[in-house]
Amino acid sequence: MKLLSKTITSASLKKRLIGLQFKDGLLFKVIIYALLIGIGFVYVYPLLYMISISLQDLADLLSPSVLYIPSKLYLDNIITSFEVLKYLETLLSSLTVTLFPAILQTFVASLIGYGFAKFEFPLKRIIFAIVILTYIIPPQLIMIPRFVLFNDLNLVGTIWSILLPASLGQGLYSAVFILIFYQFYKMIPKALEEAAQIDGASPFYVYIKIAVPLSVPSFITSFLFSFVWYWNETYTSSLMLNNLVETLQLRLLTFVSSYQDLFPGEAALINEGIRMSATLLIILPMLIVYIFIQKLFIQGIDQSGLAGGEQ
Amino acid sequence: MNHKKRQLLYGYGFIGIWLIGFIALTLIPLIRSLIFAFSDVSITGNEGIVTYSVGFDNFTTILTTDVTFIDQLLRFLSEMILYVPVILILSMMIAMMLNQNIKFRGLFRGVFFLPVIIVSGPVINELLNQGAGTVPLIEQYGMLFAIDEILPAFLANPLQTLLSEMIMVLWFSGVQIVLFLAGLQKMSSEVYEAAQIDGASPWETFWKITLPSLRNIMVVAAVYTVVMLSTFSNNDILTLIRQMMFSSQGGYGYASAMSWIYFIIISILLIVVVWIIAPKEKVKRVKGVKRR
Repeated sequence: MKLLSKTITSASLKKRLIGLQFKDGLLFKVIIYALLIGIGFVYVYPLLYMISISLQDLADLLSPSVLYIPSKLYLDNIITSFEVLKYLETLLSSLTVTLFPAILQTFVASLIGYGFAKFEFPLKRIIFAIVILTYIIPPQLIMIPRFVLFNDLNLVGTIWSILLPASLGQGLYSAVFILIFYQFYKMIPKALEEAAQIDGASPFYVYIKIAVPLSVPSFITSFLFSFVWYWNETYTSSLMLNNLVETLQLRLLTFVSSYQDLFPGEAALINEGIRMSATLLIILPMLIVYIFIQKLFIQGIDQSGLAGGEQ
Repeated sequence: MNHKKRQLLYGYGFIGIWLIGFIALTLIPLIRSLIFAFSDVSITGNEGIVTYSVGFDNFTTILTTDVTFIDQLLRFLSEMILYVPVILILSMMIAMMLNQNIKFRGLFRGVFFLPVIIVSGPVINELLNQGAGTVPLIEQYGMLFAIDEILPAFLANPLQTLLSEMIMVLWFSGVQIVLFLAGLQKMSSEVYEAAQIDGASPWETFWKITLPSLRNIMVVAAVYTVVMLSTFSNNDILTLIRQMMFSSQGGYGYASAMSWIYFIIISILLIVVVWIIAPKEKVKRVKGVKRR
């Protein structure tokens, strides 16, 4: 009798732990959580490291007993890099060369996406295929002739060298945004627009009055990604802006030399604390934006139809 | 105005802006860059750009004498061969874990997507410089050293880079994780229930149901990965091309030739990757994840 009850309890214990299908057992859950937390830690480790190093003074940095937790609250590194980066001024110019291209690129992509989604015209398929193909053309391939062209037009070193491609649908990853809008406008039922057209409205009027309001989510997604990608892009922009317009990212590239310019005698004194706090300051604006609207970014990819829509 | 004409007029009206931009800022630059690649380009004060055709000279010089470029190209290729599968497999595994019935899914997903927002060339440079690119554990236990001892150099070097830049590899997986997760969540649970009733193990369901239906998303994710890695701004080859543009031994022509070689390599890589992953015609597509 005793033996029987013992086997029953061990069986039920086993059932709880491993479950009927393994997937519903406790053990499975524990493994999943452990793995997710482990990987999650690896993801945020550089951030934590950055924050921890930025808050350490020289003594803490050198001391073997202080690894991650600073012995006191020390903000001098952040203040120094704030000065070296000319933070507020640079932030403003960063925002200018990021916001305007992102806005323009989004609107133009919507217009182009609508054209492909709603009208039938000769060569449409071929042109659309070329739009998609432009995604894989690496920037450095057309960068040199574009630089020559913009140089002739006196656009190098101005925001126009970035705005012009964005406003003609040739900006940073424009193809992705055109595709996002195309997928969305394809889903709007034709009847909606046809009704308006029978009343004599022009297609452009229909686009503004019906399509644009419906596609607000796509606008948000495109704008956000456009903004983030422009913010983080340095390869083309450093060439086109030619150090005449300085963004935060570009100042980070030249951080060590600007530090030495600002503090000539103390050149040797730059330490990882100062450099990490500069890096922290660079990512801070995006970090703050992300904390508040994190969901919008992820929903954006879900809705974009890039992950295999139901069409 | 008949219907057909109207469609044509408005169609081109809407996409016209793209056509103009494409011709002026992409097509013509592409052609010019091809011409540059076959020329010696010099910049003169009064005439502007002067090109002097040199045939395949730039290409032969690069491929026969430019040791740095070839070296970087080979290193890039071996890194890609290692990174692309690792990124795809890791992001698919993470997506599958997130797809389980777990708490705080939103939080985890937010953490895994975070790098997409903050990753940029200069930021990654600083992090790698300061040694924040790797998990301390990997170095402490001498894993890098062990790999060096056991494996031949052509395998050991990329693997060491992979481990010492493990965080960066994970940091490049944000978009892919979300893509896979979206794909997984679109799949109907009925298929799984049916498979379970038929006595299929989770292992079998993964290989027979999950993987085949994720194939199309995997193609998208793979193309994204290759394009992102090959155009990321602290990529060594891109830096080299940029230096060559303004260097006395290089110039626009030489740099253009380099970009074309690089572009051809990437294109071949993309074709191979898509060919490996894409569902072959014979394979029956699973309902619900069809893509045109």
